[in-house]
Amino acid sequence: MKNLLSDQVVGLKPSGIRKFFDIVSERKDAISLGVGEPDFATPWHIRDEGIYSLEKGHTKYTSNAGLMALREEICHYLYRTQGIRYNATNEVIVTVGGSEAIDIGMRAIINPGQGEEVLIPQPSYVSYEPCAILAGAKPVIINLKAENEFRLTPQELSDAITDKTKLLILPYPNNPTGAIMEREDLEAIAKIIQEKDVFVMSDEIYGELTYKGKHVSIASLPGMQERTLLINGFSKAYAMTGWRMGYACGPRPLIEQMTKIHQFAIMCAPTTAQYAGVEALKNGDEDIAEMRTAYNQRRRYLMHAFREMELECFEPYGAFYVFPCIKEFGMGSEEFASRFLEEEKVAAVPGNAFGDSGEGYLRISYAYSLEKLKVAMERLSRFITKLRNEKS
Amino acid sequence: MREELLKIIEKNSRVDLKDLAVILGVEEEDVVKELEDLENEGIICGYHTMINWEMTSMEKVNALIEVRITPQRGQGFDTLAERIYKYAEVNSVYLISGGYDLLVSIEGKSLKEVSNFVSDKLSTLDGVLSTATHFVLKKYKDHGTILTRKYEDERELITP
Repeated sequence: MKNLLSDQVVGLKPSGIRKFFDIVSERKDAISLGVGEPDFATPWHIRDEGIYSLEKGHTKYTSNAGLMALREEICHYLYRTQGIRYNATNEVIVTVGGSEAIDIGMRAIINPGQGEEVLIPQPSYVSYEPCAILAGAKPVIINLKAENEFRLTPQELSDAITDKTKLLILPYPNNPTGAIMEREDLEAIAKIIQEKDVFVMSDEIYGELTYKGKHVSIASLPGMQERTLLINGFSKAYAMTGWRMGYACGPRPLIEQMTKIHQFAIMCAPTTAQYAGVEALKNGDEDIAEMRTAYNQRRRYLMHAFREMELECFEPYGAFYVFPCIKEFGMGSEEFASRFLEEEKVAAVPGNAFGDSGEGYLRISYAYSLEKLKVAMERLSRFITKLRNEKS
Repeated sequence: MREELLKIIEKNSRVDLKDLAVILGVEEEDVVKELEDLENEGIICGYHTMINWEMTSMEKVNALIEVRITPQRGQGFDTLAERIYKYAEVNSVYLISGGYDLLVSIEGKSLKEVSNFVSDKLSTLDGVLSTATHFVLKKYKDHGTILTRKYEDERELITP
């Protein structure tokens, strides 16, 4: 059979993470600092609720947009944490992880092949660009800068907007940099977004993991709710990655179209996971606080370790990543990461896996116990001392 | 800092002072001072080690004993509780609401030693009305630590 495969799909670059994964998986003895998921198990009361739902025989489809009880809890949560009101009936959809929401959100917004532009600040999560391409948009990369702590500045945004710009991806708190956007940062870009009539997809999956004040959603700013698709989920906040539970909230016409795609492609998010999600939102605030405290302790530990070894790194206040700069060693991220793995048996992800502007950086995850981080930092210190000696 | 510090050392009292200061985001001398205060105020009462004795060759027998007692005028249960907790064999003594008064946990080398303690010492005390002894067969979880299972990291080594 000829022409079996889609040129567009074949043409997608494989994720840079995948490449490194193949190298790492051959080193079984390595300590990994490479994961993007919590080390905690899902709190027991949440797991128990999933089990209980199975015992009760809740094993059928739910409505396409998700259990009404869950959508209502999502609305309560967003009201109590952000002061935003959504209508549970038609402004919320429960998805299979935040990733599905990114995909169907783009597909519902973009007219394929018409050159509509999606602005993607990078370094950022690996799926925005491929999803934009698959939706038929033209991805336009905004290369963020370390000197701005990888925040999106009004200038960078203005410079990137054209009359073809339709959508801005706003990935904060950020994977891989750990950067956050505080209220005044958001206010500054909101003005431009409104003037230029751009729509925003705000990926707030790490929102609860903010260590400086409380996370602010751009949708909570005046005039922004009607032009924002807010994406969040349970994976990071409640340590529920394997349950595959996310959600999106936004203007009714958009959610309706997203629900249409979701209905044809997915039917509904897993029922067991939805019941567990209700429990998480109802009774999980303390679990979040406890895990956030633990992450913050590790974050302080790593920043301290970097200062001690004089490794350049801006102080990140979100997610569970730090993003140290390795430019002083005169080699690329991939070479640094490969040698670090080879010589010290520690795996961290090269920054350029998250976009060209991540070149010269390393993503280190602190979703690990302090004991493990300590060993890894001893090895990092030894490694960079060696590199510095080689150079001099 | 106080509450966060207590939560950390409740789980791991061996974490060194320098690391404590780093993860709490304060100076080392502040941690030292706070620990001193907590000890002086009687909030920190000791630094113990959790040991799963079952894994060792030491023979240990634990029992929980329900004790019903007659409260004494003017002193309630305190005097009798004190007489009980002074025995070295006694690990803990709680005043309990419900069907009995004191829950006493005992540690001994053998069943015999524990039962001798109960029949000779505990039940013969003035004011003790009755005892019911429950021997511990297996400890699954103690002081918030699960003893029966080891944590394994089943995550992929690298994920986005």
